[in-house]
Amino acid sequence: MASTAITANQTPKLNYLNNGHSLKSWLLTTDHKRIALLYLISVTFFFFLGGFFAMLIRLELLTPEGDLMQADTYNKAFTMHGMIMVFFFLIPVVPAVLGNFLVPLMIGAKDLAFPRINLLSWYLYIIAGTLFLHCMLNGGVDTGWTFYTPYSTVGSNTNVIEAGLAVFIAGFSSIFTGLNFIVTIHRMRAPGLTWDRLPLFIWSNYATSLIMILGTPVVAITIVLVAVERLFHLGIFDPRLGGDPLLFQHLFWFYSHPAVYIMILPSMGVMSELITCFSRKRVFGYNFVALSSIAIAVIGFLVWAHHMFVAGISLYAAMIFSFLTFFVGVPSAVKVFNWTATLYRGSISYATPMLYAFGFIGLFTIGGLTGLFLATLGIDVHVTDTYFVVAHFHYVMVGGVLMGYLGGLHFWWPKISGRMYPEGWAKLSALLVFVGFNLTFFPQFILGYVGMPRRYWQYPPEFQVLNVLSTAGASVLAVGYLLPMIYFLWSLKYGPIADSNPWNAAGLEWKTSSPPPTFNFDETPVVTWEAYNYDEIPEKELEAPVAR
Amino acid sequence: MAGQVDALYIYLLLVAGVMTAAIFLAIAVLAIKYRRRPGHVAHQIEGSTILELSWSIIPFFVMLTFFIWGAVIFFKERTPPADSTEVYVVAKQWMWKIEHMEGQREINELHVPTGQNVKLIMTSQDVIHSFYIPAFRLKQDVLPGRYTTLWFKATTPGRYHLFCAEYCGTNHSGMGGDIVVMEPQDYAQWMAGGPAASLQDTGKQLFVSLGCATCHRFDVQGRGPNLQGIYNKPVLLEDGRTVTADENYVRESILNPTAKIVSGFKPVMPTFQGIVSDEQLNALVAYVKSLSQPPAGTATAQNPGPSGQPQNMQVQ
Repeated sequence: MASTAITANQTPKLNYLNNGHSLKSWLLTTDHKRIALLYLISVTFFFFLGGFFAMLIRLELLTPEGDLMQADTYNKAFTMHGMIMVFFFLIPVVPAVLGNFLVPLMIGAKDLAFPRINLLSWYLYIIAGTLFLHCMLNGGVDTGWTFYTPYSTVGSNTNVIEAGLAVFIAGFSSIFTGLNFIVTIHRMRAPGLTWDRLPLFIWSNYATSLIMILGTPVVAITIVLVAVERLFHLGIFDPRLGGDPLLFQHLFWFYSHPAVYIMILPSMGVMSELITCFSRKRVFGYNFVALSSIAIAVIGFLVWAHHMFVAGISLYAAMIFSFLTFFVGVPSAVKVFNWTATLYRGSISYATPMLYAFGFIGLFTIGGLTGLFLATLGIDVHVTDTYFVVAHFHYVMVGGVLMGYLGGLHFWWPKISGRMYPEGWAKLSALLVFVGFNLTFFPQFILGYVGMPRRYWQYPPEFQVLNVLSTAGASVLAVGYLLPMIYFLWSLKYGPIADSNPWNAAGLEWKTSSPPPTFNFDETPVVTWEAYNYDEIPEKELEAPVAR
Repeated sequence: MAGQVDALYIYLLLVAGVMTAAIFLAIAVLAIKYRRRPGHVAHQIEGSTILELSWSIIPFFVMLTFFIWGAVIFFKERTPPADSTEVYVVAKQWMWKIEHMEGQREINELHVPTGQNVKLIMTSQDVIHSFYIPAFRLKQDVLPGRYTTLWFKATTPGRYHLFCAEYCGTNHSGMGGDIVVMEPQDYAQWMAGGPAASLQDTGKQLFVSLGCATCHRFDVQGRGPNLQGIYNKPVLLEDGRTVTADENYVRESILNPTAKIVSGFKPVMPTFQGIVSDEQLNALVAYVKSLSQPPAGTATAQNPGPSGQPQNMQVQ
């Protein structure tokens, strides 16, 4: 079999981690794997910063009165939480960390097509992040992550422009990443790696990249327009100056709805890798799963006004957007069904990454189905802008994206670090995340249906019980998120050494050493097999212990 | 309306519940039955086009039922009956100002009688707000610079929460109040304590004092169009378009008169932006609308009321 020729079971002396130890060798690296690690460190920082604000929100909402902080402070806290989590964590996390690390490895390339632009992406992200931190330390911003006009242009007296500039710059970071992925996937696939042999993680990152380069410029322009109106009082969104506040919402959601798919699609790609590997199966219906990613990317651009059913758009516009929104439900449902069908007659392992995969399907199913409630006009009028929406998008964006990300991080950790994580602790944290997440966000569906609006600093006392439950869940969730950070760091020094393919997984990334050498492969691999050819991986390996 | 929304919600909950249970059960069963164990080997399956097509197409038709039912309810929610009592709402950071046609004003409270269709005509003085009554399952954003509407018919007396549901700054969560639903006789008693001047009378006085009446004459053709009978009728514009003279058109014509000039007239009207407040605008709009109302006791051919209730748009 061709794969044996390029398998390296011995860790070579020189790999991407020990090829240069100076700070300069990291900060000026063009190695996609090192850049992925730079991203890993930075997005982790922003994740815990965003999580800190989440804890502030949950603590304030323990009691109906606004007693822990001032109303303005609370408004800034949820704005900081939203902006950090959306723009500095959820959007970059899977593409910039796992995608950066894996796209060239999975297609048998030495690096991305534009290694220096890749480094530039990271620097833009860091500049944007630093600017945002500066904005935060100088009083922050209180518009909500959505920057709705005319509040953001004439109502708020906080640092809107600086926050907007940070988001603007972060946008270019994702445009460059998207551009890099598209060119790389088109031009740098190993010989024999045709489109229908690509791992599904590549398909989903490809679809994500399309959204990044087509959607992000729109939000960038929109933010510039907000700044122009704020600075020069040109009437764009403020009706007193002749502008239209709904124009902002159309422009904003034209990007920010597809942005949800920027977040979730790469995680869906991770799912396909995990479920096939831990079921020892080809994915059920490769074409359907691959093309559903593209379908989600395309249809995702046609549904933006479903955020605006009560915003003042016409009756018939609302009906058209409601109808179109149900279309995007189809490819998402296809993925869930096909993953479930992949389990059929498999040989299923309960290793930690698979636990996260089960968790992903669970949370994404609930998140997706409640999305149908919101797409249904008669229901949306009642529950939009309530905690029902908050619960729904946390199930999709946090439940979905984070389960995928953490599952992927555990799966590829031996490849990234050359070490195994401690399986027992990892299983415990997967359980804590799942239980904590549901305890935090499930009560919020009920809260929303009984009428608690979102972004409320104080609330009528009858909502307290559900809020207390939610805060309790958030504490469990926090532990579940902190544990992996601790044991991953621990494993760098004490974890068992991983060989090149500890899971006996099928992808090209497992056919080079762990950690891989700087240019990934000693010889360019030649691909003669379909993706997920688990039937061709020798029988005895299937029962080999997971870690050695 | 709340009952209809709840019925649809229960239907969605049932479908979603069955789907979730089916998927969870399938995963649990498959994960246990095909767990990794010595001697057990995975059996490769490529997929099944028929199966995949069916789980693409069948859910779509199920979702279509959501869409249709939801759209029917939404259509009702967005179509106020012709016999609705009108109430003007002005939102500002952070309060709700309510003006009844009879001239009664309230802040953060809206009194309505049971059994009466009530149409709210809403605008904002500053940023976007949202008028939300959870008990009625209704919500509508309130925008600066235009009117949006919301209607309901309350059935059970009581006090219901009114929330602002669109984030509007510091005291967003304090921008609430109560919808007070009363029996009609209690409501009449409450209303009897109000001021003498109705909203349209206030508008009539403004119409004279602001000088509108000098050009918009009712006897001879003035420099501006005669406003009698124009409300909710199509208007031919100078640029050839036709618009309906609804509340938003009347409002825009006062604030930005040159935006949509009526065919045959010159753009000579000055803007009243910054001269009239939102409350005064509401009074003017109410007055212009009253010019299109038939004398009490008759119904016009173009706008017939429901049987037994011929007095459209009129509150006595």
